[in-house]
Amino acid sequence: MLSIKNLHVSIDGKEILKGINLEIKPGEVHAIMGPNGAGKSTLASVLAGRDLYEVTEGEIIFQGKNLLDMAPEDRAKEGIFLGFQYPIEIPGVSTVNFMKTAVNEHRKHKGLDPLTASDFLKLMRDKKALVEIDSKLTNRSVNEGFSGGEKKKNEIFQMAMLEPKLAVLDETDSGLDIDALRIVANGVNKLKTAENSTIVITHYQRLLDYIIPDVVHVLFDGRIVKTAGKELALELEEKGYDWIKEENGK
Amino acid sequence: MANIDTINKDFADLFEQGKELLSNGSSDCMNKTREKAFVQFQELGVPTRVNENYKYTNLIPAFDYPYNVNLRYMEVDVDLNDIFQCDVPELDTNMVLLTNGWYYGNNKVLTELPEGVIVCGVQEAAQKYPDIFNAHYGKYAKPEEDGIVALNTALAKDGLFIYVPKGVVIEKPIQVVNLLRSDRDLMATQRNLFVIEENAQAKIIVCDHTLTHHKYLSNSVTEVNVASSAVFDLYTLQNQHLNSVILNSTFIRQDKHSNVLTNTISLYGGTIRNNHHVLLDGEHCENNTYGMYLMDNKQHVDNFTSIDHSKPNCLSNEHFKGVMDGEATAAFAGRIYVRRDAQKTLAYQSNNNLLLSDDAQINTKPQLIIDADDVKCSHGATVGQMDEDALFYLRARGIDEKEARQMLMFAFAHEIIEKIRVEPLKDRIDALVDTRLRGEISKCNTCALACKN
Ligand SMILES: Nc1ncnc2c1ncn2[C@@H]1O[C@H](COP(=O)(O)OP(=O)(O)O)[C@@H](O)[C@H]1O
Ligand SMILES: [Mg+2]
Repeated sequence: MLSIKNLHVSIDGKEILKGINLEIKPGEVHAIMGPNGAGKSTLASVLAGRDLYEVTEGEIIFQGKNLLDMAPEDRAKEGIFLGFQYPIEIPGVSTVNFMKTAVNEHRKHKGLDPLTASDFLKLMRDKKALVEIDSKLTNRSVNEGFSGGEKKKNEIFQMAMLEPKLAVLDETDSGLDIDALRIVANGVNKLKTAENSTIVITHYQRLLDYIIPDVVHVLFDGRIVKTAGKELALELEEKGYDWIKEENGK
Repeated sequence: MANIDTINKDFADLFEQGKELLSNGSSDCMNKTREKAFVQFQELGVPTRVNENYKYTNLIPAFDYPYNVNLRYMEVDVDLNDIFQCDVPELDTNMVLLTNGWYYGNNKVLTELPEGVIVCGVQEAAQKYPDIFNAHYGKYAKPEEDGIVALNTALAKDGLFIYVPKGVVIEKPIQVVNLLRSDRDLMATQRNLFVIEENAQAKIIVCDHTLTHHKYLSNSVTEVNVASSAVFDLYTLQNQHLNSVILNSTFIRQDKHSNVLTNTISLYGGTIRNNHHVLLDGEHCENNTYGMYLMDNKQHVDNFTSIDHSKPNCLSNEHFKGVMDGEATAAFAGRIYVRRDAQKTLAYQSNNNLLLSDDAQINTKPQLIIDADDVKCSHGATVGQMDEDALFYLRARGIDEKEARQMLMFAFAHEIIEKIRVEPLKDRIDALVDTRLRGEISKCNTCALACKN
């Protein structure tokens, strides 16, 4: 599904990702862990197509297509979804209008007609129930005045609306209390199929109690320095990141 | 290029030579006010950029042009009622037409107005209702402070008069359509007077249209007196062509417990200068002054506003927003006075601008002049580009860049449109702004006449 080879990324001339290699197959859940500043969000943003970052070397192939040639909106329509670490507030753009436009753009891409108003509302209702998000929130402007937890739920709601093939969830667990965490994890699990894949970025093991990863990677200083099964997450929880830092000479 | 002295001298000659035509048909009250204003104009002249208040708007090219000036009403060779229909479906209004600054002679009789409401030309009002007219005419505008207001007062012959008696509520908005229609380049002078008595309520929608492509200079002054506990809305929609100059000065006086909302929306025009003056002259007034401008090409808009808190316990909210593209230029000046006695004043002001091109320019200048100590005032001005993070967020959900930009611009503008208290008008302006932001010229395209152009 996704193949990243020797990816180097800089911002303002400073190299942040220093040769990432990553293979993800359909149906797999990968966790990417690592200390603050390791480059996790940078990787997620580059996957989604943020042009702030400059790819200096390497390639990303998604379902046989060169992702780096595509505009962010085309990547989204091909099935990539980024759950933002810091979702943006957009005053004046209603969540309903935002989602209607997005859903219909996805449908157009697949050669489908736009949803009728009533079908769209029904879809909204179903997906809201899935992530237990309040109508009070979806009736407002996008993320405006939402608490941290509400913003994260809203990301999962949008993911549910768009049904991506590859979801990249960047610290979706941060700022969530245990109930919200369970709801979010539940939502992700319910959306899981044998075909779609998920990258869960986190630096706590807790989320991984609910979303069980097939593979765990440790990203440190712009490189993936360790890859193992889900037991690696527990080890990190116990020992912290210091031993990783020592092993990598910092 | 003519210098300012030539321009001023031409007006002096026009005044002297046209004296008879000017005074003809005007009431004594108008003519006395006229004489005085002419002396004031001779002192002030057309303001130039040396004048601090006109620093950002150069009026010399606007005035330096051989316009025709009509000092008497010119018969219109077609029935404007037939050809002008603003057929916004749900916008049910009492419509009156003005042509080139004059009350149109064949306006339909407004049958649905409540008892006692008067809607007619200024000239007619001065003759027929001298008690009301003389009590208000020239009482709020300040020709002594601004040359173009003095010029308007010196040349004023007609315009719109609206009177809403005590306690009367006009449900349907009055829609004033100012048509500029001429077969020659034209300077129009229009003088309006709106008198809203105690406890009365009225909403007025003013639409400025140019119907032919001649060069126009329109210099209008509107005086409004809103008596105690009255509620008044004034929506101004400026939608003209690139060869037009709009000088629009509004003076509003509010008495105690009155509530006024104005929203000045500049969609299109060559050069637009709005002077907007509010005097809060009684306690517990509420004033909401809103405005929006969407400018591109080489268009220019200058909103010069002053809100004068002269009595305690009043609230004013002022918010102007602009979207600027191309080589457009804009200026905003927001002056708030809080007089010594005006304790417990709440005065809020902001001006936000979205710059879409490197060549567009905005000068924004808040100015608070506060002489009382127990007041809450705030002001803020921003000039920024489109929020790249927000843009990326929308695109990351599959919305293409063009549409995402459109959504963000529209959201930016909508904050001002939202303040409109006439539902169908709000929807209408939403639609106009949407097409305008898509780069199309948003004439009121349902308006029959504009379609024929
Ligand atoms: N917009 C930016 N401008 C400059 N430096 C940045 C920017 N975004 C990220 N960085 C830097 O890149 C590094 C990796 O950041 P990030 O990808 O956010 O890490 P993580 O998500 O793993 O905490 C950090 O050193 C951070 O300071
Ligand atoms: Mg991060």
